[in-house]
Amino acid sequence: MDYTLKIGGEAGQGIQTIGDALAKVFSRLGYHVFTSQDYESRIRGGHNFYQIRVSDRPIRASRRPLDILVAFDRASVAFHDRELVEQGIIVYDSLQLKETLSGPQFLDVPFVKLATDAGAKAIAANTVATGAILGMLGFPIDPLFDIIAGLLKRKDDETRDQNRRAAVAGYEYAAMNCGRCAFTLKPPGTSKMLIGGSDAIGLGALAADCRFYSAYPMTPSTGIMLFLSARAREYGIVVEQAEDEIAAINMALGASFAGVRSMTGTSGGGFALMTEGLSLAAMTETPIVIALAQRPGPATGLPTKTEQADLLFALNAGHGEFPRVIFAPGDPGQAVFLTAKAFDLSQKYQIPVFVMTDQYLADTQWTMEGLPLNDLPMRDFRADGGQIDGVDEYSRHAFTSSGVSPFAIPGKTRHVVVTDSDEHSEAGHIIEDGETRKRMVEKRLFLKTDSIRREISPPLFVGPEEPETVLVSWGSTYGVVREVVETMPERKMAMLHFSEVFPLPGLEAFDYLEVLRRAKRTVSIEMNATGQFARLLRDETGYSVTDRVLRYDGRPFLVEELMEEL
Amino acid sequence: MEARDRYLGEAPAWCPGCGNFSILNAFTAALAAEGIEPNRFCIVSGIGQAGKFPHYVKCNTFNGLHGRALPVATGIKLANHELLVVAVGGDGDMYGEGGNHLLHAMRRNIGVKVFVHDNQIYGLTKGQASPTSMEGMVTKNQPFGVLSEQLNPMAMAVALDCGFVARGYAGDREHLTELIRSAFHYDGLSLVDILQPCVSLNKVNTWEWYGKRVYRIGEDHDPGDRLKAFEKALQWGDRIPIGVIYRNDRPSFEKKVPVISGGPLVDGSGRWQELKERLSGTLREFY
Repeated sequence: MDYTLKIGGEAGQGIQTIGDALAKVFSRLGYHVFTSQDYESRIRGGHNFYQIRVSDRPIRASRRPLDILVAFDRASVAFHDRELVEQGIIVYDSLQLKETLSGPQFLDVPFVKLATDAGAKAIAANTVATGAILGMLGFPIDPLFDIIAGLLKRKDDETRDQNRRAAVAGYEYAAMNCGRCAFTLKPPGTSKMLIGGSDAIGLGALAADCRFYSAYPMTPSTGIMLFLSARAREYGIVVEQAEDEIAAINMALGASFAGVRSMTGTSGGGFALMTEGLSLAAMTETPIVIALAQRPGPATGLPTKTEQADLLFALNAGHGEFPRVIFAPGDPGQAVFLTAKAFDLSQKYQIPVFVMTDQYLADTQWTMEGLPLNDLPMRDFRADGGQIDGVDEYSRHAFTSSGVSPFAIPGKTRHVVVTDSDEHSEAGHIIEDGETRKRMVEKRLFLKTDSIRREISPPLFVGPEEPETVLVSWGSTYGVVREVVETMPERKMAMLHFSEVFPLPGLEAFDYLEVLRRAKRTVSIEMNATGQFARLLRDETGYSVTDRVLRYDGRPFLVEELMEEL
Repeated sequence: MEARDRYLGEAPAWCPGCGNFSILNAFTAALAAEGIEPNRFCIVSGIGQAGKFPHYVKCNTFNGLHGRALPVATGIKLANHELLVVAVGGDGDMYGEGGNHLLHAMRRNIGVKVFVHDNQIYGLTKGQASPTSMEGMVTKNQPFGVLSEQLNPMAMAVALDCGFVARGYAGDREHLTELIRSAFHYDGLSLVDILQPCVSLNKVNTWEWYGKRVYRIGEDHDPGDRLKAFEKALQWGDRIPIGVIYRNDRPSFEKKVPVISGGPLVDGSGRWQELKERLSGTLREFY
């Protein structure tokens, strides 16, 4: 069982509400779900769609063939009817489209009329449509009632009842009138978590005890800030919308210096403004986590589309030389754990750590079988104030064998805590002498780097033991690459997915370079025009992939599209 | 030993005769008078001669980037509002590079005490015009004289309803000390613009130039009257007023953040067991 539905229409028609409600019904029932969205940089109008795939086995990407297309506008039919499978169905409301479409694939459901007949307002047409889709598929309608109650919790009982009736009307009408509907449903598993990439990063931040988040809204990073704002009171987090990205990163650094775990988030253009602050974090050895949600550039680029073209930017951003860590989760589960790990490493080594996503990962939702909270690294690296009080002198940047100095918190010890963006002494005061400068560079950069590299996990390997082809990917292409590898076992393809991309993992635990060298063909699959990860791999290891599949039209790969490329 | 000697920091690298020495002395005198322990306050600065200020005071110090003292100070204050948080910078730092941050810090009324060492010139980069340089002033980099109008930080602050707006003068240390103490006591953002000569580079606005013009604002001025305050703020030229120009009773930003009403943010950190229980509840939202 593997069905795909697409809901298309203009911005403002409630497509997302319908899509989210359906996805939640499926995941609550215990099915595996994958949702993705395509939208434009506007509040009303245009053409948008929401795609949902539902299956009884794990799924990790969108497929092209549609079983059901819900058309809220004429454009949805024009753009997507050729994606329909042979027995696929296009459901629409002829009164709404002001046109009757003829053909065996069309199912006319009077969304608006059924809503008003049920005593509801015309806007409940969305509820009718949601019910209708469940009716077409033959899913139970009960989980939808809970979801309606949740969505309308601020409305009165009467409105909730009207919507309930509207859902039933749509459900029954579609079930009765859809001659073509013959969907077979496999028994589901247990209820699953349904979570998107932005929320997963937010959840990882909560789990890491992030208490301060300052950012300037920018697509596709804004979701993280919204997630944390909504939980600010419950978790005791200060979320501050800064005047610009320069202020955002500097505020986060101030809060971090004062002993609070801090984070900022942005996209490429905003991050360009933050690079000065990134360098400041490095010089003052102030921990910070930066969520960098990529979208196509240069400049404003395609604000609501996807790309992975800022890897080398994140890698090289900031003047001067300093250590950094870059994570690029491939799915929401990885996003939760890598965000928590980002905080952990950032605190442990007093360095900036990036969590890189993109519009695709930010806006896709995946099902998960739960989240083992005990696997999260919940530990504190701040120096104990009482212990620091016991020493005669405290130096924020004291030389140590690990390069990491005790991290005392201002006001929490009798000593003063001093740091500087100028090159400084151990005590944190301005210096200009060559010998101290040299030792400070070695402390910040060389001493820490070896230990940091040992913290990095090896890439994920999936596929046959002796693969002919190895697909190399990083970040959000994880799901689609894995689907391709698993769908075509006859091709003897394996994958290496890097979610911890810098520093590259060492070879002690898993010699991934050997895997690459033994394969006939190695293909880097990236959402950028120059193969940035392949370049990073070559620069760091000397290994060059034999082939590359690159995409830079702002759209993610569907499973079939990537199969065709290979 | 004088009371303020306990705040002695590194040896200053300023030019002999610089107005900064007087500001430093007034600042430490104010700290001593208030009895504030060195570990109970934090100075955030940017870059410039004024940016070096916290190194010369024994205190928690974040000497950050040019223009960026205020966002860092805002972050520190929100993380631990029990600390006295001071931001120090020059006219180029606070009014030029950091101008946008100043506007928004005033809007927030964050409880940061801002002291601007205003010598109307760029010192560290050796004598270019600053936002407060007077129109027509010729420098090596402005051979036709300064073409832009001089920024009036006091009028700007009154217009933005900044909580506490004052001007001090490095040549009147006793008055400056009292002004700094009043700034400490104000709950929200205090902006104190401190006139000081740059003895090496500003040949126009000298000790003598200021000495002839500066006068203490009398008790007849009501700093609560915004229109009168604006009038006072506009005064510049033959007569330059020093003292508290304007103050209001807007609550500070940190008082309005519900999350920290029960105590400083930093004190709630690191409670892992509590966090784990809360997370289990949050996970249920995703089912």
